[in-house]
Amino acid sequence: MAENVKEKAILTTKDVRLFYGKKEALHGINLDFPETGITALIGPSGSGKSTYLRSINRMHDFTDYVKVTGEFNYNGQNIYDPNTDLTQLRKNIGMVFQQPNPFPFSIYENVAFGLKLDNKLSKIELDERVETALKQAAIWDDVKDRLQQSALGLSGGQQQRIAIARALATRPDILLLDEPTSALDPISSRAVEDGLVEIGDKYSIIIVTHNMQQAKRISDRTAFFMDGNLIEVDSTKNIFLYPKEKETEDYVSGKFG
Amino acid sequence: MNDELYQQLTKKSISTKKDNFGKRLSLFALILIGLVVFAILFFVVSRGLSTFTLDQINPFNFVFGTQWNPGKTDEAGNQLVGALPMIVGSFAVTFLSALVATPFAIGTALFVTEVSPKWGNKIMQPVIELLVGIPSVVYGFIGLAVVVPAVRNATGGTGFGIFSGVVVLFVMILPTITSMTIDALRNVPGHMRESAYAIGATPWQTIYKVVLRAAIPGILTAIVFGLARAFGEALAVQMVVGNSPVMPDGLFSPAATLTSVLTQGIGNTTDGSLANDVLWSLAMILLLMSLLFNTIIRRIANRRALK
Repeated sequence: MAENVKEKAILTTKDVRLFYGKKEALHGINLDFPETGITALIGPSGSGKSTYLRSINRMHDFTDYVKVTGEFNYNGQNIYDPNTDLTQLRKNIGMVFQQPNPFPFSIYENVAFGLKLDNKLSKIELDERVETALKQAAIWDDVKDRLQQSALGLSGGQQQRIAIARALATRPDILLLDEPTSALDPISSRAVEDGLVEIGDKYSIIIVTHNMQQAKRISDRTAFFMDGNLIEVDSTKNIFLYPKEKETEDYVSGKFG
Repeated sequence: MNDELYQQLTKKSISTKKDNFGKRLSLFALILIGLVVFAILFFVVSRGLSTFTLDQINPFNFVFGTQWNPGKTDEAGNQLVGALPMIVGSFAVTFLSALVATPFAIGTALFVTEVSPKWGNKIMQPVIELLVGIPSVVYGFIGLAVVVPAVRNATGGTGFGIFSGVVVLFVMILPTITSMTIDALRNVPGHMRESAYAIGATPWQTIYKVVLRAAIPGILTAIVFGLARAFGEALAVQMVVGNSPVMPDGLFSPAATLTSVLTQGIGNTTDGSLANDVLWSLAMILLLMSLLFNTIIRRIANRRALK
């Protein structure tokens, strides 16, 4: 079995199984994530990498026929504990989706959205957190003069970086990204990737990607999924140059996928 | 040049002929409808204007006069054809009913789309569609049999009046506004809800901070459609509003609307008389208002399309 994190893990998952009705879609995933750095989840379509990612911040809770079992230990806290407050959990574990999906408000309102949900922050503090988040997402220079304009007027790549800023504004520990650049052109993708690399040493970033070049470019560790199983996890270099498993080798060398 | 090939390529094939025929047919239908609309506009406006041209009524007095008694004159000899009571009556029942119906419509639509789609689709949607299909005379009849006596008992008046009209119209336009609001809410992309959840919003916060805000243009369109329907409704309103063309001095005193005066009077006046002409003028005002409502709807729809 694949080696897991040596340094202190912020999130450990053990024997994660997920059922769509009676059908098991994840067959016991054991995977840990360090406190900082980018982990890429790669694998062919239907391999379960997105499904696994969405189980981390309990996005499956809204689908009645999905059942998740296994251990999710986030800093000592069981994520699936019935007492876990979903709101707080999702502020600590932010998520960005495939489609750039800004809300139909101003850029500022978009980034401040999560901050305004319950705790009342002062205007000064709000401004500061919004600015920090936008800077971290590498979009501040693009939008600083038009924070009050609608976020819908931005390009796809800019919208996606706003979505990242929106997730960062609540100061999460972990950032989940579900194919964040697959709807973007290469130049916009590059901008998003650069932003992620910038913040990779401050957050634990988990990114699902179809794009193996992207995994190679930005991730420190790579986990290879296939048919609902975790086949192998290792440093990105080892996965791409010295894979231990035959399936991994076939996939990263382009024999299938 | 190969003559045979030339013949073959330039001769119109059967498919092309059929295609042209189809195009001509739909163009013909379009022209026909266009002509009908234009004819209605022309007819109503030309008849409506004769009040001011042939009968020499001052348009200002017509729109802002408060005495309505066509055929009679006041001491100074002016015709008593002030339409303001009906204009006020129409606007009062229209806006009040929309004001009451909108919160209920939004609440129902939220239930159907966000709270319980299962129940909503199974029970609420068919009920709403059924309500749209009920003929207005039935609504009017129920208003006459139930609402008017209830109001009479409660307030001591006749029971006829703007309030009864509002109650009946409220029930009539509720399904219109609701079903369009449901469409507007369904048009909010699912991923917008998802990203609100992913940031820690509760389902309720997602609804009122994201979904409702995103659906505002659609909901506005729904309300304007409700307004247009209420404004143009004649029969049901006529049955409960009291049909007394005086300035309404309260919600519970008999009043009249543009439509109720029209349906009542148009069969009882002689073609070409002043009493008949002023009815056409009322119809013209109705038509202009409908055009205005339509313009507003189109404006909102266009603004939405731009985004």
